Amino acid sequence: MTISAIHPGLILVLGGLLLPFVGTRARRALILGLPLLTLALVWRLPDGIFGVVGVLDYQLALVRGDRLSRLFGIIFSLMAFGGGLYALNQKRVSELAAVFVYAGSAVGVALAGDLVTLFIFWEIMAVASTLVVLSAGGGRAKRASMRYLLVHMFGGSLLMAGIIAHVLDSGTTAFTAMVPDTLGAGLMLTGVLVNAAAPPLSAWLSDAYPEASYSGTVFLSAFTTKAAVYVLLRGFPGAEILIFIGLFMIFYGIIYALLENDMRRILAYSIVNQVGFMVVGVGIGTEMAINGTAAHAFTHIIYKALLLMSAGAVLYMTGKHKCTDLGGLFRSMPLTTVCAIVGALSISSFPLTSGFISKSMIGQAAANEQLMFVWFMLIAASAGVFLHAGIKFPWFVFFQKDSGLRPPDPPWNMRLAMVLFAGLCVGLGVWPEPLYALLPYPVAYAPYTVAHVVNSLQLLLFSGLAFFLMLPLMKRTLTITLDVDWIYRKFASRCVCWAVSLGRPLDAALRSGFVGVLGWVTSNAERQYGPLGPAARTWTTGRAVGLATAMLGVLLILFFVAVSG
Amino acid sequence: MNDGQNDHWLARRETIRWLWRGGVAVLALLVLGDVWVHGHPSFRIDGTFGFYAWFGLISCAAMVIFAKLLGAFLKRRDTYYDD
Repeated sequence: MTISAIHPGLILVLGGLLLPFVGTRARRALILGLPLLTLALVWRLPDGIFGVVGVLDYQLALVRGDRLSRLFGIIFSLMAFGGGLYALNQKRVSELAAVFVYAGSAVGVALAGDLVTLFIFWEIMAVASTLVVLSAGGGRAKRASMRYLLVHMFGGSLLMAGIIAHVLDSGTTAFTAMVPDTLGAGLMLTGVLVNAAAPPLSAWLSDAYPEASYSGTVFLSAFTTKAAVYVLLRGFPGAEILIFIGLFMIFYGIIYALLENDMRRILAYSIVNQVGFMVVGVGIGTEMAINGTAAHAFTHIIYKALLLMSAGAVLYMTGKHKCTDLGGLFRSMPLTTVCAIVGALSISSFPLTSGFISKSMIGQAAANEQLMFVWFMLIAASAGVFLHAGIKFPWFVFFQKDSGLRPPDPPWNMRLAMVLFAGLCVGLGVWPEPLYALLPYPVAYAPYTVAHVVNSLQLLLFSGLAFFLMLPLMKRTLTITLDVDWIYRKFASRCVCWAVSLGRPLDAALRSGFVGVLGWVTSNAERQYGPLGPAARTWTTGRAVGLATAMLGVLLILFFVAVSG
Repeated sequence: MNDGQNDHWLARRETIRWLWRGGVAVLALLVLGDVWVHGHPSFRIDGTFGFYAWFGLISCAAMVIFAKLLGAFLKRRDTYYDD
């Protein structure tokens, strides 16, 4: 079977749509088999353009094979497999269908050879991910999913407007590197940044993702933001503004995660933080930075999914998600605890874990370009990552106080998925070469130098010291932290209420005024033309003859005027 | 954490005391390591003795304090949007 005959992403999309209509056994086979088939097809995808379709005056290229598209296609398929294994006992089949369509469309974005194909898969992703949140059921998830959809439809509209402007301007739908100095490219960049959870619209992520089910959030963490990173990597490498946007995202994620009490929301904020590193990398734009960003997106998908799997396991076994209700779970969930710690060390770039061999490339790229401010910020942020995700998450969920909860580790499929991803985190950390071989450019970077290991350990362990010294300041409270979403969740509805309360008396005055005028007109008309009015009276013969004579006289005068003129 | 001797060994006061001692020893050794380990500093200051240690400690402290200050203005009870 040739690649032009079967699109790797469509295997997951169509397979996902099939899931609700088959029995449990067949469904499980499809859930595990389809991602592996997709992975095999993407892995073997040769360089070049495939599946060219003519639409109107334009050629659409459904599949483009090159190093960057393969890298993202591989990690998206791998994620679909690991997530599928984890979600094997998910009873909501609608969610499983939605996550497969979601994963397939993410592969479609990664392989899209032109802007129109990209946009089509982009929008399928938006709808499918909304359905993933919605599938969790309940009013909270429904409201969160609708807010999520609105933000993504807005981002999608910007992207579409940008693509139209770009195509009209350049006459081509080709998806190549752009400079955001035209209207089209600027709109596209803004639309993509909405999906990357860039400011000011970062809040959609921590608002919607934690409302999905225990397994839904695992998938959500992987695709939308990383598909955006992929589009930035291909479309806007070296766009300097991204460095500052990325730095903002990094520190936004840390500060908000430090204040958060919900374990999955802590991890949601840390997605924004990690995507921030990638956005900075795209902004630096050198070969080292592009490699680092691509590698970091790859490792991030694995360790973030692992962290959310461990959080999902806790939610699945206890039904609780607030740090204030949790603690001491290491006693009865040892495997989940170890996997969470592996994920936490990986996100913190601890030596021998996957984060160490990927994130440090972005820092090195900043140093190579002598971007001193950026480099110092990235180092401080690395310390902050250990603080908010590396220690805070495992500490408050699995250690701190004894909550008295004694849930066992989750079912076998969830344990296996966690062990698989934990193994990948350590495996890539110890043996990074296979990943480096997949990166867009040849890698000339050795992560394991004595100085790098010692410096990293110093930075991270002293951050750990800061955490435990300042623990009293981080006591968990039953609170949330206001964000930009306050504007559309609270302020806008308040404005409507104010408008209604102000408008009501005005409306009443206008209505009563109108009714008064109407009453005056009708009563006046009745007085004039009613049965007793002057117009209804019978006229005497003399009066009628007088009126007719007067009219004839006027006509006579007019006739004379006309003739003499 | 439970102080009782019947609890998990990791939660015992004795273990925690040893973890602190071990942790402090590791921190000291890591800083001492700077005497022998010389990488290729990119901006001069990052090659100075104990740079990563104090920089990590201070930046974390600054982030925690900043978060605390921001929280004073932006924190609301977690049922805020449910009302």
